[in-house]
Amino acid sequence: MITIGTLALQGDFAEHEAMLRRLNVNTRQVRSANDLTGIDGLILPGGESTTFCNLMQNFDLYEPLAAVVRSGVPTWGTCAGMIVLARHAGDLEFPTLGALDIEVSRNAYGRQVESFEADLSVAALGEPPFHGIFIRAPVVLSVGPGVNVLATVTGGSLRDSPVAVRQDTVMATSFHPELTNDERFHAYFLDIVREAGSSVGK
Amino acid sequence: MAIETGTETVKRGLAQMLKGGVIMDVVTAEHAKIAEDSGACAVMALERVPADIRASGGVARMSDPEVIQRIMDSVSIPVMAKVRIGHFVEAQILESMGVDYIDESEVLTPADVDHHISKWDFKVPFVCGCRDLGEALRRLGEGAAMIRTKGEAGTGDVVEAVRHMRSVMGEIRKLQNMPDDELMSEAKNLGAPFELLKETRELGRLPVVNFAAGGLATPADAALMMQLGADGVFVGSGIFKSEDPGPRAHAIVKAVTNYNDPAILAEVSRGLGTPMAGIAVTSIPKEEQLATRGW
Repeated sequence: MITIGTLALQGDFAEHEAMLRRLNVNTRQVRSANDLTGIDGLILPGGESTTFCNLMQNFDLYEPLAAVVRSGVPTWGTCAGMIVLARHAGDLEFPTLGALDIEVSRNAYGRQVESFEADLSVAALGEPPFHGIFIRAPVVLSVGPGVNVLATVTGGSLRDSPVAVRQDTVMATSFHPELTNDERFHAYFLDIVREAGSSVGK
Repeated sequence: MAIETGTETVKRGLAQMLKGGVIMDVVTAEHAKIAEDSGACAVMALERVPADIRASGGVARMSDPEVIQRIMDSVSIPVMAKVRIGHFVEAQILESMGVDYIDESEVLTPADVDHHISKWDFKVPFVCGCRDLGEALRRLGEGAAMIRTKGEAGTGDVVEAVRHMRSVMGEIRKLQNMPDDELMSEAKNLGAPFELLKETRELGRLPVVNFAAGGLATPADAALMMQLGADGVFVGSGIFKSEDPGPRAHAIVKAVTNYNDPAILAEVSRGLGTPMAGIAVTSIPKEEQLATRGW
């Protein structure tokens, strides 16, 4: 059975785990480099990016996490997780993992009173639209040539900007599928995990 | 594309993002920066920490907006601020400033002894204190998006935080074994809205995030509250009333992440200097205990 690690330093990792259990996969909380051994996929949850980075530095997790992503283990970051995966993250006073060729700006939609919900059309998931929950979300400022945009937010006072992106086996969303009851994004990620697993002959 | 802001989901959602984290009381931009650099997931902007409010007496009110603004400008993590119980105009002011979360707090002198704020009227989310499940669900009924157990703020004595957390968790455990036909009388006994009580029973937990607060002073205190079922912790006077705030703040953050690992807890508890002196809750007359404010 597939085992998905969730980075469990801070944030809503339990919500991701609950969704993964509904999809019948094993979950493992990752707090140290040892916890990364043997996982088939990795989720960096929502939370506070400065807190994540602070604890990643403290528990020497930067290099082990980067190595896991580099080795081709499918990885998905939601919100703060997206920030940690990005190539560049604006005013963040810590390095990022640089695993995803995007540039993000933190909290650029505004403070909490500007946090919002919006229905997103996501071709990879088909109909109906996916309900996006954006909480002090990062804005994706630019994406590199190898990055596919899976969904974009438009309308209101918001600039049109990518909110779900994928580069090979690395995916990021600036919203929180783990706060919905819609399993489709998690199922889509597990498809990436299964494909990656079969391609290395597991 | 329809964009909706200020929904119950995004209000409760921000609290979910704070889980497993430490929210620290700060009175200056310098404190806020120390808190952020120590890994705090949010800060509570105040004019005085609860220990000083307790010591100086008088009426404690919402902080000067200038103090709050300076703190908002100095950090990227969410900034919370306190209003007096029932003082909805203080809340309107904080909302207009773009504060990320409002704490309708017993640490300040209540403005209304009978009524808490109707929190549904706001786009900004609220956190409220509780001593037991009934109080928690009454606050949810008024629109709170996050709960914290009250403890006894400004004491450095964790005993009330433990009492309140055990009370909430114990009542939830009791609910889970309760047959349908006893639920209404339980709602009456607890003074809790029936539908919220039913939802709590089905979920086996509060429908919103529940942090521990009030009297935590050490990494071990924080881990204790996590093992008792808290989703995260508030640390008020415990950090900036200690001998060496930065390392203590950092140690408490690491303790909350690793609350089930005694070896790490031992490691992070070493050499932190003197914790806040504190004051035993048993030495405080009942009528001076902050937790008794609100209902």
